[in-house]
Amino acid sequence: MITLEHYLTVAAALFVIGIFGLFLNRKNVIILLMSIELMLLSVNINLVAFSSFMNDLVGQVFTLFVLTVAAAEAAIGLAILVSFFRNRGTIAVEDVNVMKG
Amino acid sequence: MGAEVFAFYLFAISTITGGLFTVLSRNPVHSVLWLILSFLSSAGLFILLGAEFVAMLLIIVYVGAVAVLFLFVVMMLDVDFASLKADLAKYLPLGLLIMVILLMELAMGLAVWVPADGAEAVRAAPTPSDTHNTAALGLLLYDKYILLFQLAGLILLVAMIGAIVLTLRHRKDVKRQDILAQIYRDPDKSLSLKNIKSGQGL
Repeated sequence: MITLEHYLTVAAALFVIGIFGLFLNRKNVIILLMSIELMLLSVNINLVAFSSFMNDLVGQVFTLFVLTVAAAEAAIGLAILVSFFRNRGTIAVEDVNVMKG
Repeated sequence: MGAEVFAFYLFAISTITGGLFTVLSRNPVHSVLWLILSFLSSAGLFILLGAEFVAMLLIIVYVGAVAVLFLFVVMMLDVDFASLKADLAKYLPLGLLIMVILLMELAMGLAVWVPADGAEAVRAAPTPSDTHNTAALGLLLYDKYILLFQLAGLILLVAMIGAIVLTLRHRKDVKRQDILAQIYRDPDKSLSLKNIKSGQGL
Protein backbone atom coordinates (compact mmCIF):
# COMPACT_ATOMS: atom_id res chain seq x y z
CA MET A 1 0.00 0.00 0.00
CA ILE A 2 1.44 3.35 -1.06
CA THR A 3 0.80 6.08 1.48
CA LEU A 4 1.22 9.83 1.48
CA GLU A 5 4.57 9.44 3.25
CA HIS A 6 5.99 7.54 0.27
CA TYR A 7 5.31 10.48 -2.02
CA LEU A 8 6.59 12.97 0.54
CA THR A 9 9.81 10.99 0.80
CA VAL A 10 10.32 11.12 -2.97
CA ALA A 11 9.66 14.87 -2.96
CA ALA A 12 12.03 15.44 -0.03
CA ALA A 13 14.79 13.46 -1.74
CA LEU A 14 14.32 15.41 -4.96
CA PHE A 15 14.38 18.75 -3.13
CA VAL A 16 17.57 17.86 -1.31
CA ILE A 17 19.16 16.72 -4.58
CA GLY A 18 18.26 20.12 -6.03
CA ILE A 19 20.00 21.92 -3.17
CA PHE A 20 22.98 19.56 -3.48
CA GLY A 21 23.17 20.55 -7.16
CA LEU A 22 23.33 24.23 -6.22
CA PHE A 23 26.42 23.52 -4.12
CA LEU A 24 28.08 21.12 -6.53
CA ASN A 25 27.79 23.21 -9.70
CA ARG A 26 28.59 26.64 -8.37
CA LYS A 27 30.09 27.84 -11.63
CA ASN A 28 27.67 26.57 -14.27
CA VAL A 29 24.50 28.67 -14.36
CA ILE A 30 22.66 26.25 -16.64
CA ILE A 31 22.93 23.43 -14.11
CA LEU A 32 21.97 25.87 -11.36
CA LEU A 33 18.75 26.68 -13.22
CA MET A 34 18.10 22.96 -13.69
CA SER A 35 18.57 22.40 -9.95
CA ILE A 36 15.97 25.08 -9.28
CA GLU A 37 13.61 23.30 -11.68
CA LEU A 38 14.15 20.08 -9.73
CA MET A 39 13.28 21.80 -6.47
CA LEU A 40 10.11 23.28 -7.98
CA LEU A 41 9.21 19.83 -9.30
CA SER A 42 9.51 18.38 -5.81
CA VAL A 43 7.22 21.12 -4.51
CA ASN A 44 4.74 20.13 -7.21
CA ILE A 45 4.93 16.48 -6.14
CA ASN A 46 4.17 17.54 -2.57
CA LEU A 47 1.19 19.65 -3.64
CA VAL A 48 -0.31 16.95 -5.84
CA ALA A 49 0.26 14.23 -3.24
CA PHE A 50 -1.49 16.20 -0.53
CA SER A 51 -4.25 17.14 -2.97
CA SER A 52 -4.82 13.50 -3.83
CA PHE A 53 -4.69 12.09 -0.32
CA MET A 54 -6.75 14.86 1.29
CA ASN A 55 -9.27 14.87 -1.58
CA ASP A 56 -8.87 18.61 -2.08
CA LEU A 57 -8.44 19.91 -5.63
CA VAL A 58 -6.86 23.24 -4.69
CA GLY A 59 -3.44 21.62 -4.47
CA GLN A 60 -3.59 20.78 -8.14
CA VAL A 61 -4.73 24.31 -9.01
CA PHE A 62 -1.70 25.68 -7.21
CA THR A 63 0.50 23.18 -9.01
CA LEU A 64 -0.61 24.85 -12.23
CA PHE A 65 0.50 28.23 -10.90
CA VAL A 66 3.84 26.87 -9.71
CA LEU A 67 4.30 25.40 -13.18
CA THR A 68 3.54 28.78 -14.76
CA VAL A 69 6.00 30.62 -12.57
CA ALA A 70 8.66 27.94 -13.12
CA ALA A 71 8.29 28.24 -16.90
CA ALA A 72 8.50 32.05 -16.72
CA GLU A 73 11.54 31.84 -14.46
CA ALA A 74 13.32 29.43 -16.79
CA ALA A 75 12.63 31.65 -19.81
CA ILE A 76 13.88 34.82 -18.09
CA GLY A 77 16.87 33.06 -16.57
CA LEU A 78 17.97 31.64 -19.89
CA ALA A 79 17.44 35.01 -21.60
CA ILE A 80 19.67 36.70 -19.01
CA LEU A 81 22.18 33.91 -19.52
CA VAL A 82 22.24 34.40 -23.29
CA SER A 83 22.72 38.17 -23.06
CA PHE A 84 25.39 37.72 -20.36
CA PHE A 85 27.23 35.26 -22.57
CA ARG A 86 27.09 37.74 -25.46
CA ASN A 87 28.64 40.47 -23.35
CA ARG A 88 31.27 38.49 -21.45
CA GLY A 89 31.91 35.35 -23.49
CA THR A 90 31.52 33.08 -20.46
CA ILE A 91 28.74 31.83 -18.20
CA ALA A 92 30.82 31.32 -15.07
CA VAL A 93 28.83 32.80 -12.21
CA GLU A 94 31.96 33.81 -10.36
CA ASP A 95 32.63 36.40 -13.07
CA VAL A 96 29.26 38.10 -12.51
CA ASN A 97 30.50 41.20 -10.77
CA VAL A 98 29.65 43.90 -13.31
CA MET A 99 27.31 45.63 -10.88
CA LYS A 100 29.57 45.74 -7.86
CA GLY A 101 29.95 49.25 -6.53
CA MET B 1 3.30 -6.78 -4.86
CA GLY B 2 0.54 -5.10 -6.79
CA ALA B 3 0.91 -3.28 -10.07
CA GLU B 4 0.36 0.07 -8.35
CA VAL B 5 3.16 -0.51 -5.85
CA PHE B 6 5.49 -1.65 -8.62
CA ALA B 7 4.64 1.40 -10.75
CA PHE B 8 5.18 3.72 -7.80
CA TYR B 9 8.62 2.36 -7.04
CA LEU B 10 9.57 2.38 -10.72
CA PHE B 11 8.57 6.02 -11.17
CA ALA B 12 9.98 7.11 -7.80
CA ILE B 13 13.36 5.51 -8.41
CA SER B 14 13.65 6.90 -11.93
CA THR B 15 12.59 10.38 -10.73
CA ILE B 16 15.32 10.40 -8.08
CA THR B 17 17.91 8.85 -10.39
CA GLY B 18 17.11 11.46 -13.03
CA GLY B 19 17.50 14.25 -10.49
CA LEU B 20 20.75 12.87 -9.16
CA PHE B 21 22.37 12.49 -12.57
CA THR B 22 21.09 15.93 -13.63
CA VAL B 23 23.23 17.32 -10.87
CA LEU B 24 26.20 14.99 -11.22
CA SER B 25 26.49 14.75 -14.99
CA ARG B 26 29.68 16.03 -16.61
CA ASN B 27 28.03 17.03 -19.87
CA PRO B 28 25.19 19.62 -19.69
CA VAL B 29 23.39 17.95 -22.61
CA HIS B 30 23.25 14.72 -20.60
CA SER B 31 22.04 16.79 -17.66
CA VAL B 32 19.08 18.07 -19.67
CA LEU B 33 18.25 14.54 -20.82
CA TRP B 34 18.30 13.24 -17.22
CA LEU B 35 16.09 16.20 -16.27
CA ILE B 36 13.61 15.11 -18.95
CA LEU B 37 13.62 11.57 -17.50
CA SER B 38 12.92 13.05 -14.07
CA PHE B 39 9.99 15.10 -15.39
CA LEU B 40 8.51 12.20 -17.33
CA SER B 41 8.62 9.82 -14.39
CA SER B 42 7.14 12.37 -12.02
CA ALA B 43 4.33 12.77 -14.57
CA GLY B 44 3.87 9.02 -14.05
CA LEU B 45 3.69 9.60 -10.29
CA PHE B 46 1.01 12.24 -10.86
CA ILE B 47 -1.03 9.78 -12.91
CA LEU B 48 -0.77 7.27 -10.06
CA LEU B 49 -2.09 10.00 -7.77
CA GLY B 50 -5.09 10.57 -10.04
CA ALA B 51 -4.00 14.01 -11.29
CA GLU B 52 -4.03 13.29 -15.01
CA PHE B 53 -4.36 16.89 -16.14
CA VAL B 54 -1.32 18.08 -14.21
CA ALA B 55 0.62 15.05 -15.45
CA MET B 56 -0.11 15.86 -19.09
CA LEU B 57 0.65 19.53 -18.44
CA LEU B 58 3.99 18.53 -16.93
CA ILE B 59 4.87 16.61 -20.06
CA ILE B 60 3.76 19.42 -22.38
CA VAL B 61 5.17 22.37 -20.46
CA TYR B 62 8.29 20.92 -18.88
CA VAL B 63 9.41 18.31 -21.38
CA GLY B 64 8.03 20.06 -24.43
CA ALA B 65 8.97 23.64 -23.64
CA VAL B 66 11.31 24.16 -20.70
CA ALA B 67 13.63 21.21 -21.27
CA VAL B 68 13.86 21.94 -24.99
CA LEU B 69 14.63 25.57 -24.12
CA PHE B 70 17.47 24.36 -21.90
CA LEU B 71 18.68 22.08 -24.66
CA PHE B 72 18.67 24.95 -27.16
CA VAL B 73 20.63 27.23 -24.86
CA VAL B 74 23.16 24.51 -23.98
CA MET B 75 23.76 23.75 -27.63
CA MET B 76 23.67 27.37 -28.87
CA LEU B 77 26.16 28.84 -26.44
CA ASP B 78 29.70 27.98 -27.35
CA VAL B 79 30.84 27.41 -23.79
CA ASP B 80 33.84 25.43 -22.69
CA PHE B 81 31.98 23.38 -20.12
CA ALA B 82 35.07 21.50 -18.99
CA SER B 83 36.51 24.69 -17.52
CA LEU B 84 33.28 25.32 -15.61
CA LYS B 85 33.56 22.10 -13.64
CA ALA B 86 34.28 23.15 -10.11
CA ASP B 87 36.72 20.96 -8.26
CA LEU B 88 34.45 18.43 -6.61
CA ALA B 89 36.62 17.98 -3.58
CA LYS B 90 36.15 21.64 -2.64
CA TYR B 91 32.37 21.75 -2.66
CA LEU B 92 31.40 18.11 -2.05
CA PRO B 93 31.84 18.04 1.76
CA LEU B 94 29.78 21.19 2.33
CA GLY B 95 27.10 20.02 -0.13
CA LEU B 96 26.88 16.59 1.49
CA LEU B 97 26.72 18.14 4.96
CA ILE B 98 23.83 20.43 4.03
CA MET B 99 22.15 17.54 2.20
CA VAL B 100 22.28 15.33 5.32
CA ILE B 101 21.10 18.14 7.62
CA LEU B 102 18.16 18.98 5.37
CA LEU B 103 17.21 15.31 4.96
CA MET B 104 17.25 14.84 8.73
CA GLU B 105 15.08 17.92 9.23
CA LEU B 106 12.59 16.78 6.60
CA ALA B 107 12.56 13.26 8.09
CA MET B 108 11.82 14.70 11.52
CA GLY B 109 8.86 16.55 10.08
CA LEU B 110 7.72 13.51 8.15
CA ALA B 111 7.86 11.14 11.11
CA VAL B 112 5.61 13.07 13.45
CA TRP B 113 3.25 14.49 10.85
CA VAL B 114 -0.49 13.87 11.41
CA PRO B 115 -3.45 15.70 9.88
CA ALA B 116 -5.23 17.98 12.33
CA ASP B 117 -8.66 17.18 13.69
CA GLY B 118 -11.31 18.55 11.42
CA ALA B 119 -8.91 19.04 8.52
CA GLU B 120 -11.43 17.29 6.28
CA ALA B 121 -14.05 19.89 7.12
CA VAL B 122 -12.01 22.95 6.10
CA ARG B 123 -11.04 21.75 2.64
CA ALA B 124 -11.35 24.57 0.10
CA ALA B 125 -12.58 22.44 -2.80
CA PRO B 126 -13.35 18.78 -2.07
CA THR B 127 -12.71 16.55 -5.07
CA PRO B 128 -16.04 15.81 -6.73
CA SER B 129 -16.70 12.12 -7.31
CA ASP B 130 -18.93 12.41 -10.37
CA THR B 131 -16.66 14.40 -12.73
CA HIS B 132 -13.21 13.42 -13.87
CA ASN B 133 -10.05 15.27 -12.99
CA THR B 134 -9.76 17.65 -15.96
CA ALA B 135 -13.38 18.79 -15.84
CA ALA B 136 -13.28 19.30 -12.09
CA LEU B 137 -10.07 21.33 -12.35
CA GLY B 138 -11.55 23.44 -15.13
CA LEU B 139 -14.69 24.15 -13.13
CA LEU B 140 -12.56 25.26 -10.21
CA LEU B 141 -9.97 27.22 -12.20
CA TYR B 142 -12.41 29.21 -14.36
CA ASP B 143 -14.75 29.93 -11.49
CA LYS B 144 -13.17 30.35 -8.10
CA TYR B 145 -9.61 31.03 -9.20
CA ILE B 146 -10.30 33.08 -12.34
CA LEU B 147 -8.36 36.08 -11.01
CA LEU B 148 -5.29 33.99 -10.22
CA PHE B 149 -5.61 32.36 -13.61
CA GLN B 150 -5.58 35.73 -15.35
CA LEU B 151 -2.62 36.82 -13.23
CA ALA B 152 -0.74 33.69 -14.29
CA GLY B 153 -1.39 34.70 -17.88
CA LEU B 154 -0.01 38.17 -17.15
CA ILE B 155 3.11 36.65 -15.58
CA LEU B 156 3.67 34.63 -18.74
CA LEU B 157 3.17 37.75 -20.88
CA VAL B 158 5.69 39.72 -18.82
CA ALA B 159 8.14 36.82 -19.01
CA MET B 160 7.73 36.63 -22.78
CA ILE B 161 8.27 40.38 -23.23
CA GLY B 162 11.23 40.28 -20.85
CA ALA B 163 12.89 37.41 -22.68
CA ILE B 164 12.45 39.16 -26.03
CA VAL B 165 13.75 42.50 -24.72
CA LEU B 166 16.76 40.83 -23.12
CA THR B 167 17.85 38.87 -26.16
CA LEU B 168 16.84 41.12 -29.06
CA ARG B 169 19.68 43.03 -30.62
CA HIS B 170 19.82 45.22 -33.67
CA ARG B 171 22.78 44.27 -35.77
CA LYS B 172 24.30 47.19 -37.60
CA ASP B 173 25.91 45.20 -40.38
CA VAL B 174 22.67 43.71 -41.67
CA LYS B 175 20.68 45.52 -44.37
CA ARG B 176 17.07 45.97 -43.41
CA GLN B 177 13.99 47.11 -45.30
CA ASP B 178 13.27 50.83 -44.73
CA ILE B 179 9.60 51.12 -45.56
CA LEU B 180 9.36 54.93 -45.19
CA ALA B 181 12.23 55.42 -47.57
CA GLN B 182 10.51 53.17 -50.04
CA ILE B 183 7.21 55.03 -49.78
CA TYR B 184 8.75 58.48 -50.19
CA ARG B 185 10.87 57.46 -53.10
CA ASP B 186 10.35 59.86 -55.99
CA PRO B 187 10.40 58.40 -59.51
CA ASP B 188 11.57 61.76 -60.91
CA LYS B 189 14.75 61.63 -58.89
CA SER B 190 15.59 58.03 -59.51
CA LEU B 191 14.80 57.79 -63.19
CA SER B 192 15.97 59.95 -66.03
CA LEU B 193 15.41 59.53 -69.75
CA LYS B 194 18.24 60.34 -72.10
CA ASN B 195 17.93 60.78 -75.78
CA ILE B 196 20.94 59.09 -77.27
CA LYS B 197 21.81 59.74 -80.83
CA SER B 198 22.60 56.70 -82.86
CA GLY B 199 26.28 55.93 -83.31
CA GLN B 200 27.43 58.20 -80.45
CA GLY B 201 26.67 56.47 -77.23
CA LEU B 202 26.34 58.17 -73.93
